[in-house]
Amino acid sequence: MTPILNAQGLCKKFGAVTAAWGISISVEPDTVVGLIGTNGAGKTTFVNMVTGYLKPDAGNIHFKGQDVTALHPRQITRLGICRSFQIPQLYDSLTVLENVVVALGIVLHNSKRSWWARSPKIVPAYGTPLMVAAEMMLDRFGLRSYRTSRARVLPEGVRKLLDIAMALAVKPEMLILDEPTSGVSTDEKFGIMDTVMSAARSEGVTVLFVEHDMEIVSRYSKRVIAFYEGRILADGAPAHVLGDPDVRKYVVGGQVAALSTSKETTRA
Amino acid sequence: MREVVALLIDGIIYSSWLFIIALGLTLIYGVMKILNMAHGSLYALGAYMAATLVGYWLGHGHAPYASYGMLAVAAVIVGLVAGPLIERGLLRFMYGRDEIVLLLVTYALFLILEDVIKLIWGVDAYYVSEPYGMLGNVEFGGLIYPVYNVVLIAVSAAAGVALASVLRYTHHGKLLSAVIHDREISMAMGINVARFYLVTFTIGTMLAAIGGALTAPTVSVVPGMGVQVIVLAFAVVVVGGLGSLPGAALGALIVGLVRSAAVHYLPQVELFSIYAVMALVLIFRPKGLFAAAEVRKI
Amino acid sequence: MKRLDPTLLALFVALLALLVLGFLLPKWLFLLTLSLGKGLVVLGLLLLLRTGLVSFGQGLFYCLGAYAVGSLGQFFGIKDVLLLLLTGVAVGSSVAFLLGFLMAKYREIFFAMLSLAFSMILYGLLVRTAALGSTDGFNVAPPTLFGRPIGGEAHQYALFALACVVAFLTALMMHTYFKTVLGRLSPAIRDNEIRVEYMGASVRHAIHVKYVIAGALAGLGGALTAMTVGHIDPDLAYWTTSGEFIFVAILSGTGSVIAPFLGSLVFEIIRTYAYQYSPNTWQLVVGSALLLVIVFFPAGLWSVFGHLRRRGSA
Repeated sequence: MTPILNAQGLCKKFGAVTAAWGISISVEPDTVVGLIGTNGAGKTTFVNMVTGYLKPDAGNIHFKGQDVTALHPRQITRLGICRSFQIPQLYDSLTVLENVVVALGIVLHNSKRSWWARSPKIVPAYGTPLMVAAEMMLDRFGLRSYRTSRARVLPEGVRKLLDIAMALAVKPEMLILDEPTSGVSTDEKFGIMDTVMSAARSEGVTVLFVEHDMEIVSRYSKRVIAFYEGRILADGAPAHVLGDPDVRKYVVGGQVAALSTSKETTRA
Repeated sequence: MREVVALLIDGIIYSSWLFIIALGLTLIYGVMKILNMAHGSLYALGAYMAATLVGYWLGHGHAPYASYGMLAVAAVIVGLVAGPLIERGLLRFMYGRDEIVLLLVTYALFLILEDVIKLIWGVDAYYVSEPYGMLGNVEFGGLIYPVYNVVLIAVSAAAGVALASVLRYTHHGKLLSAVIHDREISMAMGINVARFYLVTFTIGTMLAAIGGALTAPTVSVVPGMGVQVIVLAFAVVVVGGLGSLPGAALGALIVGLVRSAAVHYLPQVELFSIYAVMALVLIFRPKGLFAAAEVRKI
Repeated sequence: MKRLDPTLLALFVALLALLVLGFLLPKWLFLLTLSLGKGLVVLGLLLLLRTGLVSFGQGLFYCLGAYAVGSLGQFFGIKDVLLLLLTGVAVGSSVAFLLGFLMAKYREIFFAMLSLAFSMILYGLLVRTAALGSTDGFNVAPPTLFGRPIGGEAHQYALFALACVVAFLTALMMHTYFKTVLGRLSPAIRDNEIRVEYMGASVRHAIHVKYVIAGALAGLGGALTAMTVGHIDPDLAYWTTSGEFIFVAILSGTGSVIAPFLGSLVFEIIRTYAYQYSPNTWQLVVGSALLLVIVFFPAGLWSVFGHLRRRGSA
């Protein structure tokens, strides 16, 4: 199967700090990959390079066979990669509904190139008018009760959810989540991940997510890639990577021991 | 050849004037991230105060050469009174708001000050040309120039050097550089940023007032004389890079020389040439010639 | 049954009310027409403010529209009011289109001051152009509509009625615009540009379009004002004129498309009386009022400058 994402030999330096030393990653379509590593290991730099926010010093990135290395984030989004942010990027003065409407509006705008398209037009890929599609999205992500609340006043977990929902609104083929559960209370974490994953996976979206919570990583990912000081330390099935001694030493810390035993019983 | 020399000298004289006006503006922006639209009004305040003091001084028969001291006194008074009054009385409550909000606040301040000047000094013109003519003339390159212009160049250069030295060599200057660089971290490290803001704004006001005071003997001091200053100062500061002292010097030099060339060869485009230079620089160097590095946002 | 849009209703009511008012109070016709003309410029500013941009240079397009009208009349004998108004729009939008390539790259202070600088360039050019009357400017003859005179001392109501219709139509257009996809992008861009880009839309393109619309509106306003006042001069492009528009825009708020016209009218009324009684304190009043709004009604300004202190991040 041709990989949906193929990054080869990515190198990136910020002054004296090397965030990427020849990173090569190839991702199959319709899978879930967890990216782990300590802060500064290069995970977010990798994500930023894939999504066009940063340009690698060397190496290239191909998405669905097309070279996207030099493209602008806007162009990359239009090709089918969308991301969520560590700090949720929302339209704070607008309500949750309005946030989603703007997102869907952009989808409409991009697909039809019709500047003057008014709300009643049908949003492609949803098959319904804009407002109906917006309400559908709210339901899908459990945001209905926050419909008329301004984004500014939302609790952190809901902000994260809305941020991810907007990324999914674009109907990407690949979704990249940057620390989807950081800053979210423990009881909310799984709720968010369950909602996001079911929404994404039901449409065959390939998901990459950066995480620090190893429980989340082991439960939701089919493959884990561990970063350390700009290099890939390990790459493979979650149990294998999380049990790897180097990974345990440099990335995970002691908690893995407890995890790998409980995982045997909980994993499907 | 004489034409070129004349052009250069006129250019340098004008550049010095531009520099002294722009210096205060860029200092205040560099430290406080405020673009002070009332800068021209402070300049006008300096001119009016100078006119009053010099008029009083000479009117009471005091030593004529000491009237230059009155120019300096005028600038200091305006700086020490208007500066803290504005910073403590108004700006202090606006810190943390968007920089465009602060721009509008200073715009409101400009409107208020313009009328305050009219209320205090009336609408008639003031003339204090004695200091201008008193030093006589000097010949240079076959042309006659008032010595006063040399004074202008000297003061301008001195102000620039003094400010740069303070920033680089004194203890407080280095702290100020830290504040310019990053306000939050400076605060976290115990630097009394509030006091620095007060001092900076006062010095910036004084510099604007010096510009006005120095100009007073060369023009008729009338209401509205400061209105075009903000535009010129901004053009200079933008060419050099907002917040950059050497940038202001370079900007003043470039704009001054271009304007001088325009005046000599095609006077209709005088104003146009200044803004054209600014627009051109911005097209190729969007943040000015000495621009600060951009911080990563996400 | 579709719910009636309150703004639509308000616009209709306002149009009728104005037409009646103008008929009953002929002494007010000049002021009313002038307010409508200036209100058009402020409407353009409203669009920019909603996008998070403050233009200190709408006077550029305002002046261009006015001088286009004056020049067409003076040098080419073109007097048809509809043609003149269209010219105002054309001139405003084409110059805004050209400048927009540069302007759309900037935000905040830079955007404000660059726009200011461009309007000052026009001022500088006009002041030195003898053919256009230099600092004195020149008079604008009253226009005609299908050959019949309109405006001027004798036909004030006709021009006023036309102005009402023009204002009504543009307000209606803008109201509709805000419901379109690009229109909805305005507050989004103001709040979080990065997010907009990451969703695949071009912020620069959107801002360019809005700048052109604002320029067109200002040009239209300038054309109308020129015909109403009967005289044009370079002061129209001076940065303080643009400052006045900003003041009215902030005072009116960005809540509704009717606000710019209402605010404009209030401003003109107050200015007329303030100048009569105390010409040396008018700017003091305006400046203080602006400060009061900024300091005490931040919620009002909040909708304008509602993005967080550092753009795009919490």
